[in-house]
Amino acid sequence: MTEERIGVYVCHCGTNIAGTVDVEEVSKWAGEKLKKDGVVVSRDYKFMCSSLGQELIQADIKEKSLNRVVVAACSPHLHEKTFRTACQKADMNPYLCEMVSIREQVSWVHTDKRVATEKAKALISGGVLRVAKDEPLEAIHVPINPATLIVGAGIAGIQAALEIADSGFPVYLVERDSSIGGHMAQFDKTFPTLDCAACILTPKMVDAGDHPNITLLTLSEIEQVDGYVGNFTVTIRKGARYVKEDVCTGCGICIEKCPIKVIDTNFEAGLGYRKAIYRNFPQAIPKYPAIDTEHCTYFLHGKCKACQLFCPTQPNSIDFEQQDEVIRIEVGNIILATGYDLFNSRRIPQYGYGRLANVFTSLEFERMCNAAGPTEGRVFLRDGITQPKTVGIIHCVGSRDKHYNNYCSVICCMQSLKFAHLVKERTGAEVYEFYIDMRTAFKDYDEFYQRVLQEGVNFIRGRVAEATDAARLPGEEGKLIIQAEDTLIGKQRRIPVDMVILSAGLEPRADSEEVAKKFGISCSSNGFFIEKHPKLDPISTLTEGIFIAGACQGPKDIPASVTQGAAAAARVLGRIQSKELALEPIRASVIEERCSGCRICNDLCPFNAITFNEELNVTNINQALCQGCGTCVAACPSGAISGTQFSDEQILAQLDGILSLPINSGKVKTLESVPA
Amino acid sequence: MTDQTNFEPMVVGFTCNWCSYRAADLAGMSRIKYPPNIRLIRLMCSGRLDPTFVLKAFEGGADGVLISGCHPGECHYLEQNYKMLKRFLLLRKMLIQMGIEPDRLKLLWASAAEGARFAEEVTKMVETVRSLGPLNWSKVVDSNGGHATVIPVLAKEEVTA
Ligand code: FES
Repeated sequence: MTEERIGVYVCHCGTNIAGTVDVEEVSKWAGEKLKKDGVVVSRDYKFMCSSLGQELIQADIKEKSLNRVVVAACSPHLHEKTFRTACQKADMNPYLCEMVSIREQVSWVHTDKRVATEKAKALISGGVLRVAKDEPLEAIHVPINPATLIVGAGIAGIQAALEIADSGFPVYLVERDSSIGGHMAQFDKTFPTLDCAACILTPKMVDAGDHPNITLLTLSEIEQVDGYVGNFTVTIRKGARYVKEDVCTGCGICIEKCPIKVIDTNFEAGLGYRKAIYRNFPQAIPKYPAIDTEHCTYFLHGKCKACQLFCPTQPNSIDFEQQDEVIRIEVGNIILATGYDLFNSRRIPQYGYGRLANVFTSLEFERMCNAAGPTEGRVFLRDGITQPKTVGIIHCVGSRDKHYNNYCSVICCMQSLKFAHLVKERTGAEVYEFYIDMRTAFKDYDEFYQRVLQEGVNFIRGRVAEATDAARLPGEEGKLIIQAEDTLIGKQRRIPVDMVILSAGLEPRADSEEVAKKFGISCSSNGFFIEKHPKLDPISTLTEGIFIAGACQGPKDIPASVTQGAAAAARVLGRIQSKELALEPIRASVIEERCSGCRICNDLCPFNAITFNEELNVTNINQALCQGCGTCVAACPSGAISGTQFSDEQILAQLDGILSLPINSGKVKTLESVPA
Repeated sequence: MTDQTNFEPMVVGFTCNWCSYRAADLAGMSRIKYPPNIRLIRLMCSGRLDPTFVLKAFEGGADGVLISGCHPGECHYLEQNYKMLKRFLLLRKMLIQMGIEPDRLKLLWASAAEGARFAEEVTKMVETVRSLGPLNWSKVVDSNGGHATVIPVLAKEEVTA
């Protein structure tokens, strides 16, 4: 065995570390005190991760024939890869490089410089002892299945699907609703350009629907996800539509003939009706209608069948016997683009939604403005005939409010400005906007705000206390009164209006936790999916092969959702093109001579990587299935299972190291009395 | 015994790579302060926690040990934290028989989003261990001819718990 020649590199990270940890002292100490443990060189440097810093390490590897490296800097989750690659370039096995986190775990969380410096030393000592036990490893290469699953066919999902499909690779686009398009399909105009949502979205929907590389699965839900990056097996339940997709022409006669009308609480936000056999809107993709069994007379009472009777296709497209289908697909990567739920405005009783007829939600207003919507684009009060003369728009409903959601929903300011413009354009009514702060960042947004200001919309800065129909002053009779503090003039104001629009915030999907669990990713405390890195990797997750795009990651407008959809697709395409992926070689394996055949480990593996060889009376671990959690390693009573990268030897050595300096050594100042 | 007034507890923390280590990262990124008495060791999953690690830590001079993993149901490897939970419960019983107060071993579920909570719980833990005083387990056992003394009262409590 060659002797260890270890290099220790302590990063200042500007003042991020050096401000709280005496890095020069630490590096000097490591060079002297850890000599006995194999340290041959120890240096500190302003920014270890910079190319100059990396070159410093590489030069030492060459000149001082280092065979192990410890970098004391930020969290390994940030730069482990950087330093390992640097070492590899200098012909050192990358897995013989360890990182010690003295920024996230020391300088950023402690204040006393002396104690922090001692802690940094202890952690480095752990790293040095550990690295001595590291073994050279090779990355594991897994093949990538070129097919991709995209969950959610809103604008983000569609964009991602088209990018991948256009590059020639198969995509499964799964949507829970009966048609694709997501929330965007419900809107009329999009800010700030005011182009019509349908005009820009429907072509994309058609492309996605017709694309030879896209398999569209609507009314479908993901049941189960097995496998791992490169090789996922996904079980999908495709709900019965009761319409045969292979014969239906989408002529729509069945919809016309269906005698049952129900309020459409989904697509029309409760403002309009649809039939018991329906499609969300005439240009819906796919074009086939679906039967709503909760309202269909045949499903309720066993008679009617009007749709079947009038269906002109040969053979008939209506199939009352259709069953849910369970489909199993194999994919290499998965993109989640599951979108958002609108904040339920009923949760704020003082705004009167659901109690006061002329309080509308933003989605209701969107449908009202939509030329294809229930009022054909005309703005009416709830009675369906009267045009409002004054309209109040309330911002931040359910957002920036500690009782509901602390975060800003991003889109509401711009959406409210758009509403103000549309109200003016369609009714000429007086408009009052009640806002907390006006947030119009991004391209052309503030210009739009200026434009709406010029159109004569009134802006009142202050959170609305209530919207009520209790008139107190003359002129308030029969009106809705919005009470708010105008914080710019420091006065309470009561504004009587005919119509109130609540600009409701965006929330994570009600089942986001459940979905996250299915895909092995996590949600942040407010319920949106967590990305790998908030700035540098917003579309990846901590689970290899699972990506997120659009509002499921956090509130987002259309351009941002499209960008993320395309970005996620680019990442997936890169994976597909390189055909294989290098994974960390963290795996467990059985040392057969030591295995007693006790089978204690046999039930511990959730990935079924562990099998028992009856003939030889030993356990085997399948390296392709093993994910490297190490549970079996910890459980083996004979020490017959070893786990690479996290072996007992490595962990116990690290433990020895971190325990080698007492906590208060910095204060007592008797460094020499420290037990070795 | 060490000078009580100067006592600074040493706590070793074992965290899983996916949730709790990231919670510590987040505490750092958010500049949330907590006592410097904890030193962390990263495992891939809390399921990797071999009870020996805990005992070795106590033997090596730790006054407390923190085990931290993803919340139940959120383990990156599906369910391995449940397996750790079993070991943890057993370990606590074992510690009592070895004369170590079970509160020196703490289990913390922490998600990657819970940086603030991580810091808070670490602070609490350090204070708990501080109030328990130094462990010096290896010395106590050595002076007793290699025998540990069971903690009688606690042992009873544990049975009824
Ligand atoms: S990965 Fe965190 S407990 Fe298993």
